[in-house]
Amino acid sequence: MDWGGIDPVILVATLMASAVPILLAALGETVVERAGVLNLGVEGLMVIGALGGFVTAVHTGSPVLGFVGGAVSGALLSLIFAALTQVFLANQVATGLALTLFGLGVSSLGGQGYNGIKPPATGPLLPEALGDLPVVGPILFGHDWVVYFSILATAVTWWVLKATRAGLIIRAVGESHEAAHALGYKVNRIRLLCIAFGGAMAGMGGAYISLARVPQWVDGITAGAGWIALAIVVFASWRPWRVLLGAYLFGGISVLQLNLQVAGSGIPVEYLSMAPYLITILVLVLMSSGRGRAAVGAPAALGQNFHASR
Amino acid sequence: MLLQVEGITKAYPGVVANSDVSFSVGAGEVHALLGENGAGKSTLVKMIYGLVRPDAGRMELRGEAYAPAKPAEARRLGVAMVFQHFSLFEALNVAENVALGMENPPPMKELAARIRAVSEEYGLPLEPGRMVGDLSAGERQRVEIIRCLLQEPKLLIMDEPTSVLTPLEVEILFKTLRQLAREGTSILYISHKLEEIRSLCDAATILRRGRVVATCVPRDRTAREMAELMVGAALKTPERRKAALGPVALGVSGLSVESPIPFGTSLKDVSLVVHRGEVLGIAGVAGNGQDELLLALSGEVRAEADRVRIEGHAAGHLGPAERRRAGLVAAPEDRYGHAAAPDMSLVENALLSGAVRKGLVAAGFIDWGATRAFAQEIIAAYDVRTPGPEVAARALSGGNLQKFLMGRELMQGAAVIVINQPTWGVDAAAAAAIRQSILDRAAEGAAVLVISQDLDELLEIADSFAVLNEGRLTKPRPVEGLTMEEIGLMMGGAHGMEVAHHAG
Repeated sequence: MDWGGIDPVILVATLMASAVPILLAALGETVVERAGVLNLGVEGLMVIGALGGFVTAVHTGSPVLGFVGGAVSGALLSLIFAALTQVFLANQVATGLALTLFGLGVSSLGGQGYNGIKPPATGPLLPEALGDLPVVGPILFGHDWVVYFSILATAVTWWVLKATRAGLIIRAVGESHEAAHALGYKVNRIRLLCIAFGGAMAGMGGAYISLARVPQWVDGITAGAGWIALAIVVFASWRPWRVLLGAYLFGGISVLQLNLQVAGSGIPVEYLSMAPYLITILVLVLMSSGRGRAAVGAPAALGQNFHASR
Repeated sequence: MLLQVEGITKAYPGVVANSDVSFSVGAGEVHALLGENGAGKSTLVKMIYGLVRPDAGRMELRGEAYAPAKPAEARRLGVAMVFQHFSLFEALNVAENVALGMENPPPMKELAARIRAVSEEYGLPLEPGRMVGDLSAGERQRVEIIRCLLQEPKLLIMDEPTSVLTPLEVEILFKTLRQLAREGTSILYISHKLEEIRSLCDAATILRRGRVVATCVPRDRTAREMAELMVGAALKTPERRKAALGPVALGVSGLSVESPIPFGTSLKDVSLVVHRGEVLGIAGVAGNGQDELLLALSGEVRAEADRVRIEGHAAGHLGPAERRRAGLVAAPEDRYGHAAAPDMSLVENALLSGAVRKGLVAAGFIDWGATRAFAQEIIAAYDVRTPGPEVAARALSGGNLQKFLMGRELMQGAAVIVINQPTWGVDAAAAAAIRQSILDRAAEGAAVLVISQDLDELLEIADSFAVLNEGRLTKPRPVEGLTMEEIGLMMGGAHGMEVAHHAG
């Protein structure tokens, strides 16, 4: 099979891998936003995770430890956001934007000297024979472990939010922090934990870029993936399986765009590069306009700080 | 004795919320906590429920020392609480809401079955799978009550439970509470509705400025006596000066408006007229279109030009500023964020609604001198307790801010005044003052439309009376000669509420 120089099997297989960073980050942000916190610092968290993961992997020689390092550095940076917004009640939007700028700056500083180094490779998880099967091979069996992990993470996030008491409490806190407080839940503590989880997921997503996608260290390596992750959360109306769908859709567009460039399509490259961002803007406008907000199920307390008075 | 409270004291920076409060509640007793807003009732019950810790004093529950560190502990020891606001989650369903208030909720399926069982037993029908956002106020309260009952409490605390209910719903609630008391559950009942307390409660503790000032048996006192104990002074009843009705100043015909509020109620074919010199009272349980009616009248939601007429001129298509110019001022219910910009000063807030009618803006420039004078005039006329007009609106207590906001609208000399909940959260003395000034404006020839959930208030000040029910307005009727039964029928609303005939 071949569509104008593009093999659909390869296309699907690549988009699954290319969607991993935004999928992980968007899943984390989904939980954060379900708890009522708007963390616009995902981009900064991802880029710090990319650096943290890269450095850890290079020094330990273990890609798995690299992902752990990425998650830890993302979580640590997100704790700054948590402290500012949950303890000092700083404005979430401003703090999140600052976090992005801070993350980009710090990663650029810390990444000096890591340019041009190759990290230990993250190879396919399953035996190569499976990956060589026609069609299903590359799509189902040919991936590294993080791709499977990201799908598993979607399922777990969905199940926790839907069916567990912890998920119910997270949703309750995001719906009405006053009511949750009145019932005796520690609103700010629950949100803090959600923010740390979101940071870890974004960090891991970032690490996947620097360890598996690129794989090397470049300044500003995430190139806007964090913003796309934020858009996907809204696009998915805060539901994990739709986040997966959104990530694959957005991942697919960016892969297709590269493939079309290679295949020498008649459409100018610039339009294709623009496409994911244009769709992001369109989706954001459509879903956040007027009555849409509640209709699509936005957490009612999203972006509002909580201070327990009396 | 089930609960004994001795010498409880709690101070916040600048205020003593409770000072040396002592009282006790017997098993199966319905005990009232009475007091004005800010008297310390809520703080007191929050300490009993473990949300707030007392600075001094001790409590005993069933003869044992009782000092809950958190609500979960209070719930475990058999203390449950039904809140006035803020403890339901609109986007979650009934069963999830109930589960959040329980220590160890059973799996959802079992919980749903138990919710059904308990709701049957107490005659409070509820469907566990429904979204709370879609429920009426009465049904929401049932969710709260059932959440408490599932834990078989020994002491049930109810914080102003009837403020959002129709008279019929109140009756059903009282039957349920009496049934609970008969079964041995003690009830601590907070309210400032004195007639309710007289009909329901066995004993009352009256608080004023954080201290216990009296205890009494409500049945043996008149409502007026208790009110005076609460306020600590003789009460003045607003005087009505009968003015002849003038021409129609506000006319609404066939107004239908989509609600811009999530989970809101759309207005359906609302028609009414208000004459100069007339006060039209609109009753109804919260969430039946009150906010939407205010938005449609103030001009925040627009309609076809002919639907709303101010002094005979079509105004349905006009925005708020244009309607002010045409002679209609409006005071919404939500003080923080809708009626006032909380972080702006009183002067700035006075400008926001007074600019058009008071001529505070000339050639695009603000006349701060005149604005400050206007703010000061309001502060003086309405006895607003504030250090000065430059204070942020947020810094005022709810009652004081309400006085300021009422004054701001009432002092603009408008032909039509629309007010949603004029005395919500305001203490008795200030409420009387606000009602008096509403009557005064009407006597001077203004047409006033008051939306309120306080029936007594409406009956006190209104000349004619109508009810909003699910976005529909009943035909306005003169207040004179209107009986409680007729009002109850107009309000309807208590769908399918029946107290089960429970043996015992």
